[in-house]
Amino acid sequence: MIQILVSVLMLFGAVFSLLGAVGMLRMPDLITRLQAATKTGTLGVGFMMIAVAVHFQDLGVVVQSLLVVMFLFLTAPIAAHVIARAAYFVSAPLWEHTALDELKQANDAQAADARPDTTDSDRGSARETG
Amino acid sequence: MPDQILQWSLIATAVIMTIAIWIVTYCLLRGPTLPDRVVALDLIGTLTAGAVGVYAVSQNEPVYILVSIVLALVLFVGTVAFGYYLEKGHEP
Repeated sequence: MIQILVSVLMLFGAVFSLLGAVGMLRMPDLITRLQAATKTGTLGVGFMMIAVAVHFQDLGVVVQSLLVVMFLFLTAPIAAHVIARAAYFVSAPLWEHTALDELKQANDAQAADARPDTTDSDRGSARETG
Repeated sequence: MPDQILQWSLIATAVIMTIAIWIVTYCLLRGPTLPDRVVALDLIGTLTAGAVGVYAVSQNEPVYILVSIVLALVLFVGTVAFGYYLEKGHEP
């Protein structure tokens, strides 16, 4: 019965990994592609590592495979965040149907607050005369 | 009989992982921007860590799990370094 459980877990992880790869291929945008790649990759490899732990049934191996799962679950969101932030600030193109860009709104509001009043009135007068 | 099921599912898992890694390699070559390639490289490394686990089960040799641990750690450092380079690298 252990073998059947290992088989099911492993096939489940492999199908999740394949879904992540297909999402990587099909998604239109860097951010959505990152979403597909990070989540399904982490979950698929997590299932595979649980399958390894169930197969060997040894304390050391269980600890090691759960260590892999813990590393992936800790580091994948941080890496995805770093990449998405860097890609946003080097202005990688967003999808044309993107509905909401909260970071752009926040940056615009911050820039409007930081702008001194003189340049604001200058710009207003320039726009009136122009 | 359960051993045969395990053997066949190991073969199927290896085939599916190979297809997935080939698809992501195509995405790595396609791009179109540098962050896309970094994401593809990250996914290739994660899938390789899983494939090493499959290989450990198929060879019945638990030592190979250490390869997965090292791969997961080095991958994180590489991705963060790429992100830092993307964000700060163009400044003098």
